[in-house]
Amino acid sequence: MMTKRTGRILSRVLLHTTVIFIAFLWLIPTVGVLVTSFRPAQDVGNSGWWTVFENIFTSARFTLMNYKLVISRLGIGRAFLNSFIITIPSTIIPLVVALFAAYALAWMRFFARPFIFMVMIALLVVPLQLTFIPILYIFNKLSLAGTFPGIWLAHTGYGLPLAIYMLYNFISGLPEEIIDSASIDGASPFYTFLRIVLPLSVPIIASLVIFQFLWVWNDLLVALIYLGGTPDVAPITVQISSLVGSYGQDWELLTAAVFISIIPSILVFFGLQRYFIRGILTGSIKG
Amino acid sequence: MAEVRLKSVTKAFGKVVAVKNFSLDIKDGEFIILVGPSGCGKTTTLRTIAGLEEVTSGEIYIGDRLVNDVPPKDRDIAMVFQNYALYPHMDVYRNMSFGLRLRKVPKSDIDRIVKQTAELLGIRELLDRKPKELSGGQRQRVALGRAIVRNPKVFLFDEPLSNLDAKLRIAMRAELLALHQRLKTTTIYVTHDQMEAMTMGDRIVVMNEGVIQQVDTPQNVYDHPINKYVAGFIGSPAMNFVDCVIAKKNGNIYARTKGMSLRIPPDKAKLLENYIDKEAILGIRPEHIQDTQTVKDYEPETTFKASIWVVEPLGSEKIVHIKNEDSDLVARLDPHVTFQPGDTAEFTARMDLAHIFDKETEETIF
Repeated sequence: MMTKRTGRILSRVLLHTTVIFIAFLWLIPTVGVLVTSFRPAQDVGNSGWWTVFENIFTSARFTLMNYKLVISRLGIGRAFLNSFIITIPSTIIPLVVALFAAYALAWMRFFARPFIFMVMIALLVVPLQLTFIPILYIFNKLSLAGTFPGIWLAHTGYGLPLAIYMLYNFISGLPEEIIDSASIDGASPFYTFLRIVLPLSVPIIASLVIFQFLWVWNDLLVALIYLGGTPDVAPITVQISSLVGSYGQDWELLTAAVFISIIPSILVFFGLQRYFIRGILTGSIKG
Repeated sequence: MAEVRLKSVTKAFGKVVAVKNFSLDIKDGEFIILVGPSGCGKTTTLRTIAGLEEVTSGEIYIGDRLVNDVPPKDRDIAMVFQNYALYPHMDVYRNMSFGLRLRKVPKSDIDRIVKQTAELLGIRELLDRKPKELSGGQRQRVALGRAIVRNPKVFLFDEPLSNLDAKLRIAMRAELLALHQRLKTTTIYVTHDQMEAMTMGDRIVVMNEGVIQQVDTPQNVYDHPINKYVAGFIGSPAMNFVDCVIAKKNGNIYARTKGMSLRIPPDKAKLLENYIDKEAILGIRPEHIQDTQTVKDYEPETTFKASIWVVEPLGSEKIVHIKNEDSDLVARLDPHVTFQPGDTAEFTARMDLAHIFDKETEETIF
């Protein structure tokens, strides 16, 4: 009895130590970025960010200048806004389309349904890079290159297969009797979708919002290809990468820019993580 | 309320035929039970009546209307599912009123109907709970309530009690019957439980492999099964089947096995003229085998010796498994018999109530 219990405590201590250690390792650079972004340029050049903790009450100096400079003069403010203009529709559009598609594929009967589903799943394995040239060619013809609708369309296309696949898995797993019951009760397929399927799919929708939001927000490649580096449309990722070229030595500016770019991801994650964890469980375990 | 008529309904899924040439007239207000083992097509039949499956061929009428191409919502039916199929994100009130709201029933009417029905089912105080906060029995009541509020022409029940524990199942069985007597709505009830079939149905439809075996009142199905399948399916413990040879001696007809020679009553013996010296199957229900210590008054030449194998005392009776040569039999005996496993005793079979089945076709000869 005693040994069993000690064993359990021991394994728990071991587990927690490991988790805390890994979390600590991951946190160090982030803390470094955060601290550096608040230090004056002169200090950043003279001493490492960790020295702040030794004389936090004496000689350490903090400033908001870096943020002011980055937002107003280096175009990060505009880029931050652009990122939102790109990311929000690029998250919502594919999700809405995928929800309709997944529901139809799971619960409606129509011609060539299995074939259409197969094609969509097959699209999962097409590498992104393969599509750049032909799509850019088409975008240029349609004057979509370098515009927001163009990149919304691109992200929608890239996001759809995975979104449909994940939503299909979830929605097709809803009990058949509930759908049947709604249809006997008099609900049209659309009403069933709106009032039954949608509310029950909240966990998986939250998971997908996080995935798609983070993917689009952190994306550099797709934005660079379809939008180019023009400051009035470039998202924050593109802007930061160009700052690395011109301000590579000015760590206090880069870290401030980076930290601004992290904030929305953190907010989205913490806002939806409750559903995110449940969403993953609902996908993998029956129920 | 309405009659339901099925004319030669066949339903195939690809090459698998789930329901074959199913014809049945269900009377207005009747409580009819489709019973059979899993996979016999009873649920598929129900789903075609509901409109959840299209028939491959045949016609379905609800009232006088041919409903083959009518969608489920316009068939004026309500269905209760085995796993309740409640909408998990809605409270009981919204679950019950869902169908009414879709039919644009005025709000005040909805409120009155839902509350009345909840009262009837004893779930009035649960109206603002979510399904996950309810017990199995309560969920089943809500599912029932959802069906009742719509006041449909036909109720369709798909094994509604099989997720409940034994005690609750028996209680709900009685409640459903009382409800039916009150509402008098035509009810089609699917179950694999032959006890439910026997106790609840005005008539029962025994199905096997997509084909109707027999349609009759429960007692008639029990007393006069049309073939060996029905005889074995209805009744618990199941009917005993023994391979035998029909023999004639001194003007009497006997069913003979290795260790038994049982005389068949003269009125039934006539039916066996063509089977003399041929193989057949003898079927005897457990309650028709008695020990000769308890039952003194029995027909001559219907006795046999057997050894006791297993004794299951149930309080009201004893189920005794006995062995005669190569025949294993089950007898339902008086609870006060004192047999022990290993004993040998004499038994008698009520041959006037026994059945003989054709060995080839398994049809009942009598």
